[in-house]
Amino acid sequence: MPDAETPFSGPDETGHFGPYGGMFVGETLIRAVSELAGAYAELSRDKEFWKIFDADLADYVGRPSPIYLAERLSDAGNGARIWLKREDLNHTGAHKVNNTIGQALLAKHMGKTRLIAETGAGQHGVASATVAARLGLECHVYMGADDIVRQAPNVYRMKLLGARVIAVESGSRTLKDAMNEALRDWAANVDDTYYIIGTVAGPHPYPRMVRDFQSVIGREARDQFLERNGTLPDALVACVGGGSNAIGLFHPFLGDSEVAMYGVEAAGRGLETPDHAAPLCAGRPGVLHGNRTYLMTDENGQILDTHSISAGLDYPGVGPEHAWLKDLKRVHYVGATDAEALAAFHQLTRLEGIIPALESSHAVAWATRLAADMERGQHILINLSGRGDKDIEAVARIEGADFGTV
Amino acid sequence: MSRISQCAARARERGRGLLIPYLVAGDPDFDTSLEIMHELVRQGADMIELGIPFSDPASDGPAIQRGVERALGAGATLRGVIELTGRFRANDARTPVVLMGYLNPIETMGYAEFSESCGRAGVDGVLVVDMPPAEAGDLPALLAGREIDRIFLVSPTTTADRAQEIIEHTSGYLYYVSLKGVTGAALDDHGSVARNIAKLRNWTSLPVIVGFGIRDVETALAMNKLGDGIIIGSALVERIAQLPAATSRESAHISEAVALIGSLRKALDAR
Repeated sequence: MPDAETPFSGPDETGHFGPYGGMFVGETLIRAVSELAGAYAELSRDKEFWKIFDADLADYVGRPSPIYLAERLSDAGNGARIWLKREDLNHTGAHKVNNTIGQALLAKHMGKTRLIAETGAGQHGVASATVAARLGLECHVYMGADDIVRQAPNVYRMKLLGARVIAVESGSRTLKDAMNEALRDWAANVDDTYYIIGTVAGPHPYPRMVRDFQSVIGREARDQFLERNGTLPDALVACVGGGSNAIGLFHPFLGDSEVAMYGVEAAGRGLETPDHAAPLCAGRPGVLHGNRTYLMTDENGQILDTHSISAGLDYPGVGPEHAWLKDLKRVHYVGATDAEALAAFHQLTRLEGIIPALESSHAVAWATRLAADMERGQHILINLSGRGDKDIEAVARIEGADFGTV
Repeated sequence: MSRISQCAARARERGRGLLIPYLVAGDPDFDTSLEIMHELVRQGADMIELGIPFSDPASDGPAIQRGVERALGAGATLRGVIELTGRFRANDARTPVVLMGYLNPIETMGYAEFSESCGRAGVDGVLVVDMPPAEAGDLPALLAGREIDRIFLVSPTTTADRAQEIIEHTSGYLYYVSLKGVTGAALDDHGSVARNIAKLRNWTSLPVIVGFGIRDVETALAMNKLGDGIIIGSALVERIAQLPAATSRESAHISEAVALIGSLRKALDAR
């Protein structure tokens, strides 16, 4: 459901968040995105739609997801108390399904019979294939050829769910190229096809629509935290690739000026090296995939290859609302390196018995640093956006462990 | 009158269909592109569209994607594309050159610098695939200030209201996208092209040029009959891809690669 108005409410009627966002697509897709914007504007005013959405989130996804006080992790830092919003407990293992449930309902409402999606880590692909199976819709998932290798278990899950997974061999063979290919498919099949974008990027209305679907995270967390502690958390921390889990947590808190917010980008091998995926920390504004936002781009305007240990953060752009919130200084954007994320992955696993996704591990890494500089009576809430089952093979490979033997 | 309008007026007087080849600038390198451009004119091209290489060409099919990868691999940049136009212009004052590409390289250079250097180099038109008129900011005004035409696309999915709005922002010619899809896809619905161009005629006297998916003489003739000319992109880029490496190349290889344009010229003129 759309959140209440705050000084940070956006976008405007034409999909702009200040100078960011917009509708930068080829002419063939203009009607499709305009129709989508119209259909969503209409449906989002319909209380009945949100009732169905909420019921699906409750019965099918298992919401509300709990908040959990990570006591041993907090004690290890001897600083602020660290809380986790457990999106990893959702059906399909991450926050992504909140969005695909909403968009699939919209696709059905618009009479579309064929779903397409792009995916990086495979979580959005799995969440799309899942709702497609449930609603009996055809589903085609574009995935970079390199990511297919990195995320083999998710590829097989999509296939089990009846989706067709298409390997994208062009460009850098990762998420951005998968998105290019999905846009090409959409242009060729606009009449019967609905494109489920997995993050708060892309042309208007996606950044707004995906945020509205993901804001359930922050609304629940705000209520849960108030009920448990009688106050709001002092800081929120979430990882940012495209930024859907982060905006989902942050948005309902934007009007709470006492709550600090940190979006953690993938610093890869270090922000001082070229090997990272941190456009907000180290990029500049430009136009890609339908919107104006911060990008990883060279001095000639070519999109740079990115690097992250986590396929889900390995993207050269970021949602336009984050670009705007950065300029407004409402949210601080920082980075965590591959090594820091990997250390946090192990730390949370060993101290709390929770294996986090490598994406979410970036948020855990930053939050533990932040906690050490805060008082014991203060509170940090992390969005634990996904579980790490999909990553154990990759972690074993990185660490040279012999996967499968004891 | 702009060089594009003069060129279109000359063709209209003689009842000649406009033949506009597209190549990716810098594919396989800028020197070869320059040779190809002059050879295209010798074989009968009326204007030339130069693709600005961009790492993420989301509106293009596989042939042009690969051409872009070759050009970027050889170090092509937007500055290089503008410089190429200047080198072409030094030996050809007559043939219009249109730059076609995506917004990010132009935005990174800055709209003012882009317009100014295009003006100096003799660029005649600019078409930015992922920049609808509503998102164009002050780029159209800056281009107009340099007497550079602003070319926009109309597609089979464009509504009547929107087509009229696009026409208001367009100068030089209107680029009609013949199909729903990316460049180089299969063009099989001639009826829809006929109906949509007939509608456009009610709203504009600009030349309407048809592009996307024209690969052979038969389709070229059919599309030329419906519009005022045709754009040949993927089919030419595929032939450029077959060129031998520069070290073992002779000028005959270039004229062979471009022979498709020569035969289309003959077919259009024989009509």
